Amino acid sequence: MRVSIFITCLCDIFSPHVGKHTVEILERFGCEVDFPELQTCCGQPAYNSGFFKESKEAMKQMMRAFKDSEYVVGPSGSCVGMLKEYPNLFKGDPEWEEEARKLADKSYELTQFLVDVLKIVDVGSTFKGKVTYHPSCHMTRLLGVNEAPITLLKHIDGVELIELPVKEDCCGFGGTFAVKNAAISEEMVTEKSQHVTETKAEYLVGGDMGCLFNIGGKMQREGKKVEVVHIAEILNTIG
Amino acid sequence: MGLKLNESAYKERVQKGIEDDFMRKAVSSAQGRFRTRKKIQEEALGNWEDWRRLGEEIRKHTVENLDYYLQQLSDQVSKRGGNVFFASTAEEANEYIQNVIQKKKAKKVVKSKSMVTEEISLNRALEQIGAEVVESDLGEWILQLDEEPPSHIVAPALHKDREKIRETFAEKRGYTGTDTPEELAAFARSQLRKDFLSADVGITGCNFAIAESGTITLVTNEGNAEMVTALPDTLITVMGMERIVPTWEEMEVLVSLLTRSAVGQKLTSYITAYTGVRSEDEIDGPNEYHLVIVDNGRSNILGTEFQAALHCIRCAACINACPVYRHVGGHAYNSIYPGPIGAVLSPLLGGYDDFKELPYASSLCGACTEACPVKIPLHELLIKHRQIIVEKEKAAPLTEKIGMKGYAKWASSPAAYQLSTKMARLALSPWTNDDTIENGPGPLKEWTNSRNFPAPSKQSFRTWFKEREKRGGAS
Repeated sequence: MRVSIFITCLCDIFSPHVGKHTVEILERFGCEVDFPELQTCCGQPAYNSGFFKESKEAMKQMMRAFKDSEYVVGPSGSCVGMLKEYPNLFKGDPEWEEEARKLADKSYELTQFLVDVLKIVDVGSTFKGKVTYHPSCHMTRLLGVNEAPITLLKHIDGVELIELPVKEDCCGFGGTFAVKNAAISEEMVTEKSQHVTETKAEYLVGGDMGCLFNIGGKMQREGKKVEVVHIAEILNTIG
Repeated sequence: MGLKLNESAYKERVQKGIEDDFMRKAVSSAQGRFRTRKKIQEEALGNWEDWRRLGEEIRKHTVENLDYYLQQLSDQVSKRGGNVFFASTAEEANEYIQNVIQKKKAKKVVKSKSMVTEEISLNRALEQIGAEVVESDLGEWILQLDEEPPSHIVAPALHKDREKIRETFAEKRGYTGTDTPEELAAFARSQLRKDFLSADVGITGCNFAIAESGTITLVTNEGNAEMVTALPDTLITVMGMERIVPTWEEMEVLVSLLTRSAVGQKLTSYITAYTGVRSEDEIDGPNEYHLVIVDNGRSNILGTEFQAALHCIRCAACINACPVYRHVGGHAYNSIYPGPIGAVLSPLLGGYDDFKELPYASSLCGACTEACPVKIPLHELLIKHRQIIVEKEKAAPLTEKIGMKGYAKWASSPAAYQLSTKMARLALSPWTNDDTIENGPGPLKEWTNSRNFPAPSKQSFRTWFKEREKRGGAS
């Protein structure tokens, strides 16, 4: 099975280790992994800000980049969710409509791909510690991925999974929202940080680096010791 | 007051909301209660998603055929001895109602809860002609005593707790009792009873008008609407033009969705239904009846990409689910309609000049869309507003316009993008300490005021992958 990594611009620049883990997990399960170098950003920052024309420039680049891919897998619910929106945005566009649908159909978030396509629930890794999981809003509400990450985490040897209180509440990231409405965003992330603290977990796990930067950045500022980890890292930890 | 509450600036209102610890505690605990109860009711029903789909279908069909159903409603009300008035604006609605009151030489008007009368500032219009207006919904009555606007469309005094309410009653009405809910409610009841009995005119809003029979239905927990509709000689209904269902059958579905979504109840204590004037075999009800159907900007939404906003059944589930609302409270929106539905509706009804910030008061987390019992894609409509603000209103800040132009160039050019992955760390190095940015430049500053930001990695993923391939892949 041929899988193209959709690294997302955040992971490419800030968290390459998430990409490395993603590659290694996929290879462990027999995927032939490639990295289409023409990829850039999914277009979400411009799209969510209402700059549709600008966002479509990014989206076209992504469609060009993944044109020949069999599967596209990314370590982000939010960015993959954006790819899934392409068909709506290019509806009626004779040049791009078909490409948009094709890319949306073959794109998966990492845990979704592992569970739904590769049919794996136990990745065979070991990770010792108290873990709480933040289900990011776009992963659950837009992409509809609710169970896959939990199923995978539950099967990892050594993981003690503690439920995050009011886990469905947004952490306050929201892309440009965190900058445009920084005061409200701060209140939201403060609340999320409190909830994480209440779990007494050693690790906060999530599937979207944007949210993890936000919560992690807040907890670091507050001097809290919780370690923030992308789920790919846990899935790829052996022994 | 009207749709817009006052002239204060958005940032100030947000700050005021955030600093109001008391309000935030009250809102947060109310949201928690509403959400928990709603979830229990959804699960009890078993097939909640099917119900939502049905609700959406009913609303979509009704709004698509609004002209037909409004005509039917109007015919039925006339047949039952009522007068129907279509008001295109708030002013027209208020004038018509003022005339009715003046013709009757009415002194006292008693009202049940109605958001549309808040929207058109009916109370002020009636007070201008010397009528005394009494709000009979407990929450609205408390706010009337305090001269405050509602902060929530279902629970208007959500931002107050019982101690605040006790203070209001003591100060404004000489109440001497405790702050137990039973005692407070009993006091309000005794005060309001006199008003019900002495009122010349009753005014209600409308949850659902049933087109086939000309019936107005109201959903309450206090029974006050029963009193408003049964006692006064003259009765006036004020309804937004989209508050309509074809038949009783659809009303039943939507009421089921409404009460569960609004307050997590299978059914409220009262569903009041009334039709036209008192008939010969009825012992109560009005001798004179008026139905005022208010457009006030709604028909401009028909046929646009925002039409789904007219599907709203005013349950406030989106408001109860919204984390932004929880932290800033209803008054920060500066609209009679706060929360996600308010952020969608207010710019449509009141224009972008007054409400341009509201579409951005959302992290686009989608909790509103998920909560909506008639599946209005609220967060998507917020993005559409943003698109209009950028493309049609040309009102995006200059820095953002420049930024987004740059973004488009960057994201459509692999060469520019690749260069940036190499340069990012260096570019941010003056602000970086120990791989962390605590006081960032430009837009990053807003972020780093309250939280850290990571420094770009020494090596990008793409460089790592390329080198790995050179080495021969995984091995």
